Amino acid sequence: MRFKTVFQSLLLVSLAGALPVQAQSVPVISFEQLSRQINRSNDTLYVVNFWATWCGPCVQELPQFETLHKTYATKPVRVLLVSMDNKATLTSKVVPFVRARKLQTPVVLLNEPDLNTWVDRLVPEWSGALPMTLVLNRKRKVRRFIGKALKDGELQSIINQYKL
Amino acid sequence: MKKFKLLALGSLLASAVLLSVALMNTRMADRDYAVAGGYKVGDVVQDFKLKNVDGTTVSLSDNQQAKGYIIVFTCNTCPVAKAYESRIMKLDEQFAAKGYPVVAIQPNDVQRSPGDSFEAMKQRSQSRKYSFPYLYDESQSVTQAFGASNTPHVFVVKREGSQFRVAYIGAIDNNQYDAAAAEKKYVESAVNELLAGKPVTTPSARAIGCGIKWKNA
Repeated sequence: MRFKTVFQSLLLVSLAGALPVQAQSVPVISFEQLSRQINRSNDTLYVVNFWATWCGPCVQELPQFETLHKTYATKPVRVLLVSMDNKATLTSKVVPFVRARKLQTPVVLLNEPDLNTWVDRLVPEWSGALPMTLVLNRKRKVRRFIGKALKDGELQSIINQYKL
Repeated sequence: MKKFKLLALGSLLASAVLLSVALMNTRMADRDYAVAGGYKVGDVVQDFKLKNVDGTTVSLSDNQQAKGYIIVFTCNTCPVAKAYESRIMKLDEQFAAKGYPVVAIQPNDVQRSPGDSFEAMKQRSQSRKYSFPYLYDESQSVTQAFGASNTPHVFVVKREGSQFRVAYIGAIDNNQYDAAAAEKKYVESAVNELLAGKPVTTPSARAIGCGIKWKNA
């Protein structure tokens, strides 16, 4: 049994090594770091999705964010996938997931398991249910809270409202 | 020198004012986060009648001995709910005899989450030997009335005559990944305070959870 696990991880490591160099890494960040990244006073529309590898509806809506990231590559839109996974599973689950799906949208792991230390400062209306998405632009006073999974095409129509 | 002292005093005062404003904001946000339309701390809950895994139906009014209940919206499938399962079982062990039994309610739509079917609920409660009822909110009306948004989501209610009033809403503790690392046990503290006749210090707290699978409209 143990031998099998070791073998599997060896296999994973060798697979990861064989991937092209553009496979992204997943930085582990604090709330302060996240806050600095998404609360800038510029023209960029920040689309911030809170998700986890273990959350089915989150995984299901990821392609919508990938499409957005690609479609708006030359526009002032920044899509950020904030993983709420356990930091202890970064190398065993999160990074392999991101690589297997070849996610191109930047992914960070927010290492703040106690929501009560930071949620009130960013999104007081959130109960903690995943997925959750925020669309932000401080300069234009845009702030849209989406407390549930997005239906097909819903993200695109929300972004269209901001005429970018 | 004097001028400097005055300046220092002034900035101290200003920061005190700023800090208290910040604290007030946090408090207000705390109270407001519950799902729109759902119960808030202090509200009287409407009793319900839901189907239990043992074939009976359960209402809050059934148990005349109960001083209150630990109502947990939870399910079979959500990884966070699974991570909290043994902690939920421990809460019942710890508090049922003291008058605060656990009542678990499965809120997910079975079409969208087949692993949460009534049959699957029966199996799980049997294999894990739940000591508490595990109810199926088939119409999702109880879940809606409470304003539960995720699993697991706890509502501690306290008896007042024949009514029950919400005393705590939110997470079980502050570490969904590791019970041993959780230094704030919100539900345990709330129930202990209620049992001691004290006000609940932390009446609401959040934790990561799975969004409830609502029926497709």
